[in-house]
Amino acid sequence: MSKQQTLIAHLKSQLGDKLANHYVSFGELTLEVNPGHIEAVLKFLRDDSDCAFTQLIDLCGADYPERPLRFDVVYHLLSMTQNQRVRVKLQAGEQTQVPSATGLFDVADWFEREAFDMYGILFAGHPDLRRLLTDYGFEGHPLRKDFPLSGHVEVRFDDDAKKVIQEPVSLVQEFRDFDFESPWEGARAANLIPEGVLPGDEKASTEGQEG
Amino acid sequence: MSASIEQNTQEDRKFTINFGPQHPAAHGVLRLVMDLDGERVERIDPHIGLLHRGTEKLIEHKTYLQSLPYFDRLDYVSPMNQEHAYALAVERMMGVSVPARGQYIRVLYCEIGRILNHIMNICTQALDVGALTPITWGFEEREKLMIFYERACGARLHAAYFRPGGVHQDLPQALLNDIEAFCDPFLKVLDDIEGLLTDSRIFKQRNVDIGIVTPEDVQNWGMSGVMARGSGLAWDLRRSQPYEVYNDMQFEVPLGKNGDCYDRYLCRVEEMRQSIRIMKQCLANMPTGPVSSQDGKVVPPKRGEMKQSMEALIHHFKLYTEGYHVPQGEVYSAVEAPKGEFGVYLISDGSNKPYRCKIRAPGFAHLHALDYLSRDHMLADVSAILGSLDIVFGEVDR
Repeated sequence: MSKQQTLIAHLKSQLGDKLANHYVSFGELTLEVNPGHIEAVLKFLRDDSDCAFTQLIDLCGADYPERPLRFDVVYHLLSMTQNQRVRVKLQAGEQTQVPSATGLFDVADWFEREAFDMYGILFAGHPDLRRLLTDYGFEGHPLRKDFPLSGHVEVRFDDDAKKVIQEPVSLVQEFRDFDFESPWEGARAANLIPEGVLPGDEKASTEGQEG
Repeated sequence: MSASIEQNTQEDRKFTINFGPQHPAAHGVLRLVMDLDGERVERIDPHIGLLHRGTEKLIEHKTYLQSLPYFDRLDYVSPMNQEHAYALAVERMMGVSVPARGQYIRVLYCEIGRILNHIMNICTQALDVGALTPITWGFEEREKLMIFYERACGARLHAAYFRPGGVHQDLPQALLNDIEAFCDPFLKVLDDIEGLLTDSRIFKQRNVDIGIVTPEDVQNWGMSGVMARGSGLAWDLRRSQPYEVYNDMQFEVPLGKNGDCYDRYLCRVEEMRQSIRIMKQCLANMPTGPVSSQDGKVVPPKRGEMKQSMEALIHHFKLYTEGYHVPQGEVYSAVEAPKGEFGVYLISDGSNKPYRCKIRAPGFAHLHALDYLSRDHMLADVSAILGSLDIVFGEVDR
């Protein structure tokens, strides 16, 4: 039994129904949990001597707007003593209060602030949930899929007002996001094109896209 | 002195000052709001994001190959090490393997990147604590290494050299000879720089017992790289989770004892010597053969081939317009970048563009700990600690 299989068996027996799902892909173990259980699961992974995932290497969000619970919150844990990694995932909606991991790992503080800043994921119990990377007074959550790449406002120094001012974005040439994807292969062909539509036809109606 | 003056000073001792974002010791665009009690630091609130360019958002709108150059622009002190993490992530998802020569070239240039980074860090940190000479000596060597970058890929900083599937082009033998000729004289320069710093009374006064990181802090604050090794944790991804040909390389992982700024400095100096050792092994054992995968669906053909072969021409056209499709799924791939664990978390939806690319920068976690590490230190120690954390804002702000 490989190290990873041993770990999976151990986690299954110890965590029980707190573990909603688990799978291994590309050699990496992913655990799916419900937001309510995340604190208990992280605490177990950190404190159990067979797991010893004492480092929270990364915490980030991901956005799937078509889902009812649109966000994924992804935790990457590392055990230096066991030389193992594990990924823990949970799903959250825009209103879901994800329990903060700051009580378990100090490093979660900034990672959660970043996830809040970029996606608007709310973390309950975070000591100081401010924006981190975006500008002072920024509005919106830039990494959401429905946030445009060019943003909503641009800043410049105004010589009359003698200060930096914000204006709506005006591009001389519209931003062009070329769609080079072949209609005969890849994601589109695999699952996005409805039955009975010829490959490529679904692109004909898309407005404002060139290429 | 009368009692009233004493009372006044108690009141006046507490104040808040703003450090940066234009301060030279801020190592870029860092703004620190510091609560001080006299010269004693009570709290630091770092304001970051002044160099935030939305790299992760931009990557979601580019094909896999077009995303690669963004990684040079993260930690611009050691660009190729960042590309490496991304290239490894894409290769793992696509199941592409890199030929031996490509792997050796990658390791060689990763170690050049490590030296580039550590020279920069040691010399600027020394500058922050008052030593003016090392930077002039160190940057002369950095310049030589940048020229090696330039001769490999045509650019000193924005290399775009490590591509998924291998490296972009082969190295000429003359370049390998020149790198070989660089190694031993560099060790002499390193000795000279160490002669200026290691036993310097002033340098030690500024660094010994400053910014102590315990092994528990390392775990709790997600530290990696020299920050972990300086505290005596034998953790190096090149050793513990080897990638490319690091398994075949003979090198030692230097460890600190006390976890202070001075131990981290010593670790970095020794790591440079080990990097030279690895570079020499790469040069001595450099195999012949292709430098990138022969899979025409991933690696574009050479120019000459394109003029002769219809198939190569089609591949070239497809790869530079549509790009390749990466199978659905997600991977986290990490490399031992000079600053610590640099990770790329890539989610693919099966199309030709990454669905999500999270960049895990070591400096982000390290800078986060600045508040904790600086508490109850003097104001002047903040710049020593900041320098020793090895922060580059390209990767912290992304």
